[in-house]
Amino acid sequence: MTDAQPPKSTSPFGSEAAIARLKDRHAAERRFKLYGQLAIGIALSALFVLAYSIISNAAPAFTKHEIVFHLTLDAETVAPNGVEDTQATASNISGFYSLIQDDLRETFPEAATERQLRRELYALVTRLAVLDIARETAETPALIGTTKRFTAPLSDDLDLYLKGGITARRTLTVGQAGRLSVLESGLYSLSDSGPDGFPEFKAKIETDTAADSSVLIRLQDAWFRLEAHSGAMLTLTHLAGALPQLGEQQSAEISALVLFVAQANRAVSDRQIAWAILLQEKGRIRRKQNFDLLTKADSTYPELAGAAAAIVGSIFTMLITAFFAIPVGILAAVYLEEFAPKNRLTNMIEVNINNLAAVPSIIFGLLGAAVFLNFFGMPRSVPLVGGLVLGLLVLPTVIIASRAALKSVPPSIRTAALGLGASKTQAVFHHTLPLAAPGIMTGAIIAMARALGETAPLLLIGMVAFVNEVPTGPDQESTALPVLIYKWFSGAERAWEPMTSAVIVILLVFLILMNLVAVLVRRRFERRW
Amino acid sequence: MQQHIVSAFTDELDQLSATLLRMGGMAEAMIRDACKAVVKGDTELAKTVIRRDAELDKLESECERGAVRVLALRQPMASDLRMVIGAIKLAGTIERIGDLAKNVARRSIKLDDSATKASMRGVKTMGKAVSRQLKSALDAYGRRDARAALEVIRQDDDIDSHYNALLRLMLSYVAEDPEQIDSRANVLFIVKNLERIGDHCANIAKVVHYIATGKQVLSEAEIALLASNASSED
Amino acid sequence: MASATPLITPVVRAERTDNPIKIDCRNINVFYADNQAIHDISLLIPDRAVTAFIGPSGCGKSTFLRCLNRMNDTIDIARVDGKIMMDGADINDPAIDPVLLRSRVGMVFQKPNPFPKSIYDNVAYGARIHGLASGKSDLDRIIEKSLHRAGLWEEVKDRLAAPGTSLSGGQQQRLCIARAIAVNPEVILMDEPCSALDPIATARIEELIDELRERYCIVMVTHSMQQAARVSQRTAFFHLGKLIEVGDTETIFTNPTNQRTQDYITGRFG
Repeated sequence: MTDAQPPKSTSPFGSEAAIARLKDRHAAERRFKLYGQLAIGIALSALFVLAYSIISNAAPAFTKHEIVFHLTLDAETVAPNGVEDTQATASNISGFYSLIQDDLRETFPEAATERQLRRELYALVTRLAVLDIARETAETPALIGTTKRFTAPLSDDLDLYLKGGITARRTLTVGQAGRLSVLESGLYSLSDSGPDGFPEFKAKIETDTAADSSVLIRLQDAWFRLEAHSGAMLTLTHLAGALPQLGEQQSAEISALVLFVAQANRAVSDRQIAWAILLQEKGRIRRKQNFDLLTKADSTYPELAGAAAAIVGSIFTMLITAFFAIPVGILAAVYLEEFAPKNRLTNMIEVNINNLAAVPSIIFGLLGAAVFLNFFGMPRSVPLVGGLVLGLLVLPTVIIASRAALKSVPPSIRTAALGLGASKTQAVFHHTLPLAAPGIMTGAIIAMARALGETAPLLLIGMVAFVNEVPTGPDQESTALPVLIYKWFSGAERAWEPMTSAVIVILLVFLILMNLVAVLVRRRFERRW
Repeated sequence: MQQHIVSAFTDELDQLSATLLRMGGMAEAMIRDACKAVVKGDTELAKTVIRRDAELDKLESECERGAVRVLALRQPMASDLRMVIGAIKLAGTIERIGDLAKNVARRSIKLDDSATKASMRGVKTMGKAVSRQLKSALDAYGRRDARAALEVIRQDDDIDSHYNALLRLMLSYVAEDPEQIDSRANVLFIVKNLERIGDHCANIAKVVHYIATGKQVLSEAEIALLASNASSED
Repeated sequence: MASATPLITPVVRAERTDNPIKIDCRNINVFYADNQAIHDISLLIPDRAVTAFIGPSGCGKSTFLRCLNRMNDTIDIARVDGKIMMDGADINDPAIDPVLLRSRVGMVFQKPNPFPKSIYDNVAYGARIHGLASGKSDLDRIIEKSLHRAGLWEEVKDRLAAPGTSLSGGQQQRLCIARAIAVNPEVILMDEPCSALDPIATARIEELIDELRERYCIVMVTHSMQQAARVSQRTAFFHLGKLIEVGDTETIFTNPTNQRTQDYITGRFG
């Protein structure tokens, strides 16, 4: 800015009033720009929050904990009908599970005595978790009689606990142990190595924890639950692990684990937590990538469940939808746009197609159930029917997108072809359709993406069924990703929550991939004219 | 005639016509004054006629420039095209008429008193006829009147008969008195020049006819035919 | 210059043509739904000459042109009445397939509209769909010949695989002409072929039209009277769906018979 500013009134481009108006106009322009940026900001932050919450919810589901077993597969237990009957071996869940039970009992003999405790211990591994072991054994009978390392998924709630879920927790140091003695009631008492009786620890317990929080005490390899802390003594219940020698403990370090949620309010008991910690310390529980999510079919147990059946089902459904909706949609669009006479009938058809695109998807589900299931008697829950229903659902969208793409082809191309003596069909198929192809493909892929995310129609034709086998063809029972989301989301166990989010992530990845393909197709084939 | 959509085009064509009519008026006055100078022996008047010819030349070149300009910038078509082409031809013809008038004025200065009254009277009537002829041709041009133009062409015969009469008269004078041959020759040239002016008037009328109808007048027979057609149109 | 000319000449016949008549249009009426776009036009179009249609916008000259290769068939609401005789046959006869007609009557449009394909494919298209080439070498020959005749061969012979749309506007229009020629037509219709081109490209096309005149019957619609004057041998003036005057171009532009023609070409149209 120089100091020789021109005086305002002599501006060659307008009076002072005009300049003032101009200022207002500039202000208005800035204001509207700001509004626009705000709108974009809101949309972006909503998207970010959504993505963040889903991905952070889903994160636990991408890993899971497994228990390592070294099992000796003696023939009598695992193959009671003989080694040849692989079918029986593969389905001999009780046999294999008894091996696991035996192993757990051996590891934690303190639980072996009581039926209640045994049940608690066995809950660390679900019965059905041995299915993989059984199948593997059945496939390679040579394994029978040998000792082999197997892994089985940890029960879903403990898995969640180890991932930091279920309850808030805190580790405290208690002090140095004095004497450990057993009381008449079967409880244990533990004294401080000094005269004070763990004053700091007690103070912390008093101030920091609620009355019903569990306080677990660790002494050597054993876990106790703190029942009372009167005077210099801690009164304890033995939960798990090898008891140390009674008597003087030579000032061994005592630590404590405070679980803030009361035992009655959580799905895992104090004892199970203690066992899990001990197994983890022994290296028998390890965390690994949860590929089961992509390779396994559905299960009633979250630790065994996977989305494979839904992924394959969705792919089959999409293939059927694509093979039905895209050719039919394109042909309908070509006919309406290029060949149909413009009269009242075609106008009505056009209006109805536009209306159909706005019909709620559940109506299409009802239609599918009525026509395909009841009238044609097709099987329920199969991708074939699902694909056809979704095909009907997206057909109007494909037609509208294709018509828009055909309309955008300049008429000069058509007249050029006609002027050269091409027939109408030749003009359409040699020139108009190839030029409209990128637009049509983009529209079709976006319609497919919509179909991929549809739930309601699939619910109505029974694709919500429980499918524990990955389907191998479109005529087999199957489910679909959005339906799986719906189903898992309504599951009772806490572990379903991250699993649901994980499936949402899978679905989103599919959608993003399809949109990406749409963009690439457009880029690749778009031509200028 | 309707205005052009581009009004400047009409203005330019009007300007061209106006210039031509001015030239025509000037040439007419020159013929009249030159004849007066001959009859009255007015040397001063003759000199003004000679001076005016330069002005006429200037107008001619102005007219030509205007016509070229219209051709280049407006691309005239049909009647406009004929009008512009006609303007160029007319300007040339009128300029030529101006030259002939100047020649008459020059000859008038060289004339002595020995010229007979009869020949002076002949020059006077012929001059009148010629200037009337020019006036009619210019009127026809101003109105784009093909019929009037044909009339002018036919009237050229009258001037020719005037000329022939005077020529015979002059020849008889020369035969009577061969010593006066110089003076007689001057009168003879004056009369010849007037006759040439008459021819040019006929040319102007032919151009006017072309401008008005787009048809060129070629032969006597054609003129007769056209004239009879024109009169039957009434 | 005989009797007074009526305002609208009902039947205007070619008065002086040295060439034989290629197309004889008799009493053509065109309706768009209830709107009459062409009123009872009769016109003779000579072979091996350029006939130009001039007239103000909406006068029906393009509509009439499109009658000549039945392009009006592609408009649902259009109806054409009357006879258009070409080589002794009425092209409006339902027995005549417009597809075959259009292989004999090529068309070039206002805006250059090459297909978004290679230059080669653009020219080859017509020959392919009409099965004019018996093999690859035959097709190559047709393409070279067509591009030669369209005066484009020297400019594109090294890049026949380049897209037609990569050419300049004038080249594109010549490509469209080559494309039309490749079908081996007898008549070429041109609907304002230079209106989207610059003067140099226009001059090229005009030169080309003048060369093509030796082989084809060319009918062109133009908005530029100068262009009609430059390239055509015969000119027809249309106004409000009627044929006002037709005649040798020279006559039309120096001494038109009809007052309206006169007013239009001198720029006085009110």
